[in-house]
Amino acid sequence: MRLSILNGRVIDPVNGVDRVADLFVVKGRIAALGNAPEGFVADRSIDASGQLVCPGLVDLRARLREPGQETKATIASETRAAAAGGITTLVSPPDTDPVVDNPAVVDLIRHRAAQAGFARVLSLGALTQGLTGKTLAEMYALKTAGCIGVSNGDRAVSNTEVMRRAMEYAATQSLPVFLRAEDPWLAEGGCAHEGAVSVRLGLPGIPEAAETIAVARDLQLIEQTGVHAHFCGLSSVRAVKMIARARFDGLPVTVDVSAHQLFLTEMDIGYFDSQCHVRPPLRTQRDRDGLRQALADGTISAVCSDHQPHDVDAKLAPFPASEPGISGLETLLPLTLRTKAC
Amino acid sequence: MRRRNLQLDAQGRLRHLLTIEGLKRQQIVDILDTAESFIGVGDQPVRKIPLLRGKTVVNLFFEASTRTLTTFELAAKRLSADVLKININTSATVKGESLLDMLRNLEAMHCDMFVVRHGDSGAAHLIAQHVAPHISVVNAGDGRHAHPTQALLDMFTIRQQKGEFAPLTVAIVGDILHSRVARSQIHALTTLGVSELRVVAPRTLVPEAVSGLGVHVFHDLHEGLRDADVVIMLRLQKERMQGAMLPSEHEYFHTFGLTEDSLAVAKPDAIVMHPGPINRCVEISSEVADGPQSVILQQVSNGIAVRMAVMSMVLGRAPVDEEAR
Repeated sequence: MRLSILNGRVIDPVNGVDRVADLFVVKGRIAALGNAPEGFVADRSIDASGQLVCPGLVDLRARLREPGQETKATIASETRAAAAGGITTLVSPPDTDPVVDNPAVVDLIRHRAAQAGFARVLSLGALTQGLTGKTLAEMYALKTAGCIGVSNGDRAVSNTEVMRRAMEYAATQSLPVFLRAEDPWLAEGGCAHEGAVSVRLGLPGIPEAAETIAVARDLQLIEQTGVHAHFCGLSSVRAVKMIARARFDGLPVTVDVSAHQLFLTEMDIGYFDSQCHVRPPLRTQRDRDGLRQALADGTISAVCSDHQPHDVDAKLAPFPASEPGISGLETLLPLTLRTKAC
Repeated sequence: MRRRNLQLDAQGRLRHLLTIEGLKRQQIVDILDTAESFIGVGDQPVRKIPLLRGKTVVNLFFEASTRTLTTFELAAKRLSADVLKININTSATVKGESLLDMLRNLEAMHCDMFVVRHGDSGAAHLIAQHVAPHISVVNAGDGRHAHPTQALLDMFTIRQQKGEFAPLTVAIVGDILHSRVARSQIHALTTLGVSELRVVAPRTLVPEAVSGLGVHVFHDLHEGLRDADVVIMLRLQKERMQGAMLPSEHEYFHTFGLTEDSLAVAKPDAIVMHPGPINRCVEISSEVADGPQSVILQQVSNGIAVRMAVMSMVLGRAPVDEEAR
């Protein structure tokens, strides 16, 4: 099968390409960009005028629910959704059941993804055993099994000593640490941003300080331990500014944002719309605008789906009792493209 | 799903009562006027009027309650409705799925109204979104969100005692943060247009953003009560002492408890209200609770007339809107 994709705007960040050009594919592999290879006769030709032609996207954070919660989704179902949304590589957090704290689970996920054949799935290994925040996970074994980084998922490491040692050890293994910054004490019991909407609706709040305090602590530890660290899905402009300052001071930290945080705010909860129950919570319009600005100026280096598929019942409950999370694989690219227009 | 005025039908009439927020001034006044017409019913030899004969009201209480449950039951019975009481063990984890499953079952038994109390904010809205079109939902308290009939009976009591709302200064004292009663009272009092609405509590019990609801925040009891016409005390849950909200009941009573001394800075004819149940010597002294300025027991008996008004208005609508959903 020989395929030509003509007149599209070809974007290839790795090779620094961004121009209108023709692309030629032979047996599923790119054979040439610009001029057709000698003797190339296309079996099929696509006119991509006015369209983007780019490599498959990478989503830094998507829950696939397998193993453990197959009633919500499976690796096969979610990688299929990813492929439909233009995503060919997914990073899966370690908070599956069982937790990704041993090589067997890494193998299982890779195997299931290969079997399904829709997209590549990369695993993050656990930072602490069972994600309990008490003892270090076997990071060398996880790295050898193929984990590209370590993380404690959405579960906080509240013990600062454990966090310090975990970062030191991850640095020893040259593994990047993916951090979800949330102070567990300030966030406990909360389900919405502490502010105008949570007060009006009587929803237990999660203050902005739950995020900024965790970011402040982790930045100190990152600087001290020299670990390669990445902050996941920050929700407040104040926390993002702290990252920007740390980067300005020379700390090589990176940060991503969840696509829905660029479009929704606490106001979208309306009268208890549980679809808008997410963690970290949707914050103010000022935060949303600040996150967009930080994406535009490069402080935020990636947009991810933060895909969290659910069964129907998970959202059919009073707002605080509903499960947090939003499905985002198939809307990641369209939403990201729309940020350019904003 | 996200219809703005879920509680109004196509004609703008009350189809459910979920929250005071969004009700027009005239709608609140109509409810109070209707309640006024029911006020003598309990004193007559036959304490029943046949407005809801043949209708079935289900009291669905996922949280313990004495006053609210009893007055709703009495109100429904005085309107000649059949009343079913379902107490759901609060210790069992009642998930949304079983909640909605339970509703389906009750719907299949041809009920007309659910009176719902639930520990989670938004529970009444969720139920109202999912019930069959002929069923009405009355919120009898959802989490920290709303307790609209309590606020209405409080408005009824204030009007009974004071006549007009416009000249009044009202102080709500206590745990604003966790109080569904306070939220509903704030919406009612701002809609009815009192001269000044204050909330009074230590910083731990008042969220900062509450001023966005149109209230003045005070952290000193004496300043907050100065020249008030109406003092509404809120119940302080004992659990608040276990966390980091307050150091002790003793210190709370000393700083924010209503005593004859602290009440003296309010207007001489100020009335004292409390939604009950009272914690004596925690938020209010017995002298004040049982004193001449207290209207706490009037609140309870007014609760029946106000709940009769709400039920009859919600269920007694002419059936022109059935296709509107």
